[in-house]
Amino acid sequence: MRIKQLLIGITASVIAVSSYVEMAIADLKFPMLVYRTGAYAPNGIPNADGFVDYYKMINARDGGIGGEKILHPECETGYKTQVGVECYEKNKKDAMVFQPMSTGITYQLIPKATADGVTVYSTGYGRTSAANGKVFKWIFNAPVTYWDGASIAVRHILKQNLGNIKGKKIALVYHNSAYGKEPIRTLETLAKKHGYKLMLLPVDHPGQEQKATWLKIRKARPNYVLMWGWGVMNQVAVKSAASIKFPMENFIGIWWSGSENDVLPAGQGAHGYKSLTFNAPGSNYQVHKDIKKYVHDKGEASGDGSHFGTVLYNRGLFQAMVQVEAAVVAQKIHGTSKITPAMYRDGMENVNLSAKRLEELGFKDFAPPFKNSCENHGGSGLAAVQQWDAKAKKWNMITEYMYGDSDVVQKLIAEDSSKYAAEQKIAERCN
Amino acid sequence: MIYKETGQYKSSYKSDHAIFPLLQDKIAFSTLMFIAFLIIPFVINSYWEKAILVPFLIFSLAAIGLNILTGYCGQVSLGTGGFMAVGAFSTYKIMTYFPDMNIMIIILISGLITAAVGIIFGLPSLRIKGFYLAVATLASQFFLVWLFNKVPWFYNYSDTGQITVSERTMFGIPVTGAEAPSYATYLFCLVLVVLLSFAAKNLIRSKMGRSWMAIRDMDIAAEIIGVPPLKTKLSAFAISSFYIGVAGALYFAVFLGAIEVTESFDIMTISFPVLFMIIIGGLGSMLGSFLGAAFVVTLPIGLKFLMVDMVGLSAVTAKHFEITIWGLLMIVFLIVEPHGLARLWSIAKEKLRRWPFPY
Repeated sequence: MRIKQLLIGITASVIAVSSYVEMAIADLKFPMLVYRTGAYAPNGIPNADGFVDYYKMINARDGGIGGEKILHPECETGYKTQVGVECYEKNKKDAMVFQPMSTGITYQLIPKATADGVTVYSTGYGRTSAANGKVFKWIFNAPVTYWDGASIAVRHILKQNLGNIKGKKIALVYHNSAYGKEPIRTLETLAKKHGYKLMLLPVDHPGQEQKATWLKIRKARPNYVLMWGWGVMNQVAVKSAASIKFPMENFIGIWWSGSENDVLPAGQGAHGYKSLTFNAPGSNYQVHKDIKKYVHDKGEASGDGSHFGTVLYNRGLFQAMVQVEAAVVAQKIHGTSKITPAMYRDGMENVNLSAKRLEELGFKDFAPPFKNSCENHGGSGLAAVQQWDAKAKKWNMITEYMYGDSDVVQKLIAEDSSKYAAEQKIAERCN
Repeated sequence: MIYKETGQYKSSYKSDHAIFPLLQDKIAFSTLMFIAFLIIPFVINSYWEKAILVPFLIFSLAAIGLNILTGYCGQVSLGTGGFMAVGAFSTYKIMTYFPDMNIMIIILISGLITAAVGIIFGLPSLRIKGFYLAVATLASQFFLVWLFNKVPWFYNYSDTGQITVSERTMFGIPVTGAEAPSYATYLFCLVLVVLLSFAAKNLIRSKMGRSWMAIRDMDIAAEIIGVPPLKTKLSAFAISSFYIGVAGALYFAVFLGAIEVTESFDIMTISFPVLFMIIIGGLGSMLGSFLGAAFVVTLPIGLKFLMVDMVGLSAVTAKHFEITIWGLLMIVFLIVEPHGLARLWSIAKEKLRRWPFPY
């Protein structure tokens, strides 16, 4: 009797599973790879909330993109590569664009997405040389790359020292992974050019253990510390820097190391900590008003709604906005609202976010204008420096948006991408 | 009644020593092979390939490797991730040095290199046992991963420390790289797994396998009856590492294609899960290695499918549930069936033999 029941149960579940067919979707699918769990969740959650709120707002305010609703299925990766691959395979059918939010997963997806014809948009992260659209047809990393970031940080230091940093010591505290290692070559090249000494201090995943790192900094006394950190590593680094009384205004993080979560745990000690950014902080923009009106006031906020207006939430809005704008451009180019993944790629390549267009979208003065082209998938390359005010608990922009050292960066991008093209036997486009 | 051996007479030693002495087992196994080789390749899609079948095959191989060492020879190891990394990086280096070499040969050489590394890290096993050995192998895990991240020669001085596979073909069909069709990568792994599993099964039934088990059951007694501990323990380390190395090579070349050593070969992504596989599957059982790998690979995906796609929970809630259920299942398993899934299978066989007369 029991065996019979068991057999019936098994048969029923097999039928249930096999009859599960993905429903045909007429809408535009923007799958999300998120991490709301694990060591990187403190940064993953606000960012994912920004995305979801923006998509929900577009669906509620405009009825979708050109009348097509946005679908945004979430897949939890926990920042793990293998799970990321599973999520990608599961969602890649009819997907417009993937935003892996992890440099490791981006590296994983670059060859796969290129073979499958799916756009990957790694906003200011991922493989820097993907900025070369001649080689990386399906990969975009606008508006700014890590190598731009590294040279912008050095430019900021140069400005403070009236253009002479010969003999100064700069330390790089980095996540010991593909992500953290990205800026090293640029910083080494710039060290030769400007005559500073570079000190490399890797921090292993997940980044809680930094005692030795900061002890070394205390001993070697570098003039500046740059940081490529993510997740819990940022908080620990800022706290450790405060506890050894490192002058915070000489401690500069990349744009992924400059959110409220990273500095709040250090309290007053974090006052003066700087980071790069490619979007403004705050919640007084038109887009925030729309989200408040169409999403939050209806009680549909993603997560608990507490991250509204924070740095990473705003970055999520920006990323989602570019992805939606690419669909709008694609619809315009191809004259149909029902775009395919291939059409979407054309849209992404022709995105032109001028100051005027940004204002129309509710992002006035939120980020510098940028545009993509066939050759350039890396956007404007502009970033600014923001500084933490621990008393007011807010980030303040302290510089204009500035360019990196494009001579150095462009040369490195050309070198690295041609190496990749040779390895993978890719012919250059856009000629 | 279903599983009765009555009437199946053996008239030679050869037939008595067959891997599957019973007709029912032979039929079941041939059906399985028929499905695996002749049906699945035609219906496979990239999701089944990348999310379920290929990882299952690769982790089965790793589990067989660890089972040889831990289940059959009784030497606890936590260094699986490190040894898989050796396999992966050997493959990468050989691939870049010899661009024309056949991928199958590259992978087998990577296995041999890993075996050599395994012997070196197996040396402490001659002096220490049990938990202490586990700690020593843990050191190999951390050392190897650190080494591959620290010395740029291993990743050909790339800027990011990532290693990326280039395309290799078997009979003109790509089996590595992004262009490889699903059936090709699946069949490539399947052939290796089937061949190596038969080899392992026969090794275990040979003199070598029996000496491993003697050492496992009581090393002093084994030494007294003439089993040399040095040779036995080191051969277990070598062969186990060979299997794990081949698994690592496939994990890099066929499955992921691009790897970052600190993340992909982390103790939490490889070493512990593979240990769980053999514990859940059954220590000292070939079938257990496969059942354990299937369980560990498909459980998270199955739970996610059930909770997100069928019930409609949000992805993050499902993840929290998944972590909890995983932990609970581990405990339940260890209490209810400490001998693993393989033992459950043999109980089921026993039941089927008597069914429908349950006495």
